[in-house]
Amino acid sequence: MRRRALLAAVTGIALALTAACGSSGPGDTKSGEVHVWSLQDAGLTPVVKASITRYNKDGDNKASLSTYINDAYKQKIQVAMGSPNAPDVFYNWGGGNLKQFVDANQVAPLDDALAKKPEVKDAFLPAVLKTANLDGKQYGLPMTGTQPVIFFYNKKVFTAAGAQPPKTYDDFLKLVDLFKSKKVTPIALPGSQGWTELMYAEYFLDRIGGPEKFDAIQKDPAAWKDPDVVKALQMCQDLAKKGAFGTNFASINYDNAGAGKLLATGKSAMFLMGTWEYPTQLTNNPDFAKKDLGWFQFPSIAGGKGQPGNLVGNPSNYFSVNGNSKNKDAAIDYLINTVSSDGYIDDLIKSGAVPATKNAESKLAGKPNAEFNGDVFKMVSTAPSFAQSWDQAIAPDIAKELLTNLQKLFLQQITPQAFVDDMAKRK
Amino acid sequence: MSSVAAKERPGFVWAAPAALFFALFGVVPIVVVIYLSGTKWNGLGTPQWVGSANWSALLDDGEFLPALRTTILLTVGTWLVQTPLALLLGVWSAGQQRFRAVLSTVFFLPLLLSTAAIALVFVCLLDPNFGLAATWGKFLGVPDGNFLGDSGRALPTVIFVLAWQFVPFHTLLYQAATRQIPTQLYEAAQLDGADTVRQFFSITLPQLRNTIVASSVMMLVGSVTYFESVLLLTNGGPGTATQVVPLEMYKDGFIAFDMGYASVLAVLLVIIGTILSIVVVRATGYHRMTSDREGL
Repeated sequence: MRRRALLAAVTGIALALTAACGSSGPGDTKSGEVHVWSLQDAGLTPVVKASITRYNKDGDNKASLSTYINDAYKQKIQVAMGSPNAPDVFYNWGGGNLKQFVDANQVAPLDDALAKKPEVKDAFLPAVLKTANLDGKQYGLPMTGTQPVIFFYNKKVFTAAGAQPPKTYDDFLKLVDLFKSKKVTPIALPGSQGWTELMYAEYFLDRIGGPEKFDAIQKDPAAWKDPDVVKALQMCQDLAKKGAFGTNFASINYDNAGAGKLLATGKSAMFLMGTWEYPTQLTNNPDFAKKDLGWFQFPSIAGGKGQPGNLVGNPSNYFSVNGNSKNKDAAIDYLINTVSSDGYIDDLIKSGAVPATKNAESKLAGKPNAEFNGDVFKMVSTAPSFAQSWDQAIAPDIAKELLTNLQKLFLQQITPQAFVDDMAKRK
Repeated sequence: MSSVAAKERPGFVWAAPAALFFALFGVVPIVVVIYLSGTKWNGLGTPQWVGSANWSALLDDGEFLPALRTTILLTVGTWLVQTPLALLLGVWSAGQQRFRAVLSTVFFLPLLLSTAAIALVFVCLLDPNFGLAATWGKFLGVPDGNFLGDSGRALPTVIFVLAWQFVPFHTLLYQAATRQIPTQLYEAAQLDGADTVRQFFSITLPQLRNTIVASSVMMLVGSVTYFESVLLLTNGGPGTATQVVPLEMYKDGFIAFDMGYASVLAVLLVIIGTILSIVVVRATGYHRMTSDREGL
């Protein structure tokens, strides 16, 4: 969801201007009321808002909602937690972001409550729940759609070149050469932002060494020096050197929709991006999205230990309960009764998202974009592993370093070895 | 005697409102930042006092010196590009030529736009595929339009955008100052046979000395703290090619949530900015507050 920062910011500003976003300041909190903080997002906000309305109608407890735009929220929640104005239920990104709060003893574990209502935990895909599970305790529940990273491609460009979506990395490299010979940039890469480059490193390492390699890095920075990591980074650099991204990728920006337009106009053949790209294409380039937009999973790599069905991306975003909340029981009650309920899941689907619940498949059928959303659900529900984007899985200070090093790697300014040596130093 | 002095020079009371605001919004934050620079704090909970740990981390930080170097390059580049342009435009627009008023208005337009708007417009203009960079790049020797994504071109491009934005302001200063120069000086020079170029170097330039100092101090201290343009244009990239100290500070504070270390950089910026402005003012004799005009 972080990747939709600009989109969210723009819609957020628009919503703020109409003053109809349902946002009420922390000062309005009545005692005993569960106060929920969430992101301001054109798709998500109405879903959460509806859940609050339903909750207030049904139960004895009351809840209220405040929403904030993405970047402002990140800073606000960091400072508000631990203060008297902290929310009772708060939106977070799971992984390293949530871990900060857990380390500061500010999040309530949900395990006891989930044990009393096992159907709630059971409703979610296990791979998605895992991202909010720290040290064996469940600290959050998925509350947005699931967003894996996949390849998008331009069917028209593929047909003109006589190409098929690749299954293996060797096929993929042949396609790169083919498109280069046709004077089409093989892959659009908005490389002015490091997180777009990170997707390649994530998939290469996952395919070569399996998801365990990144798990090891999260536990001990020395694991950056693993030969498989070096190899994955080398493959990133080789791909850039080969000209797969063209010569000017570092000037291309994701937020102004430049990269998506490259794909839509056929200047590029492929584009590796999170599934949020699909609704973006539907909005920005509707004709292309309806007729010529195809998608496939990241190809398998011969000899690699990772399974070809593994995914990386954003499993979901999460609601967690403030451990110091005065209304902790009520807050847990709200959370347990909301995010897996039929009403909430239906609303999520209506907003265009693919819920991270096991029953989503049947609910997606017959809805708009059923083909794409159904495929995404199939990928997520059958994925042996669904790793969270590294920059969100690890602590923010290390993530910042990681993204800077990646940009330098793609620009051929540092070697993979220098990269891992630098990362291994940080703890 | 004292009553005369009291009449001529208003007492401290006159300065009180300004001093109060300065203390509240200038001095207090600086003191707090100095305190934070001795703590470890990620924004959660209370800051932990760690003494000089953040300051010694500065010595190990491989990114600080390159960022400082980039900041200095940006500052010097900004001064070298903007001062001659602003000076010439200002002097020219103070004259009586035809269309001068119309053209001056056009020149001053960038001054009316917000920094963020300018940066975002340039991001679009410099898009290598869909912006002007795609079509104009080949005339500038950059056929692939890769201005902001090339390590060598990114900083000059930022300096260009900043110049586009700030030259009008300094032009305005020079225009006003040029108009203050007594016309008798030029009349006398003409009688002595001095041509326009000679007049510019012997009268205009010396008479503008104080304006040059004032404009330079603003430019230099301003470019040490340039932040939003760089953030929006390149975000310090590609790699760290345009990473300036204020941006580094922002990223440490609000991306990495390392408030202690970010405060160290903030304190350094305060020190650098102060020293810079003192040095410029001293070196140019501006602090003596002497007038340029005989008998005035």
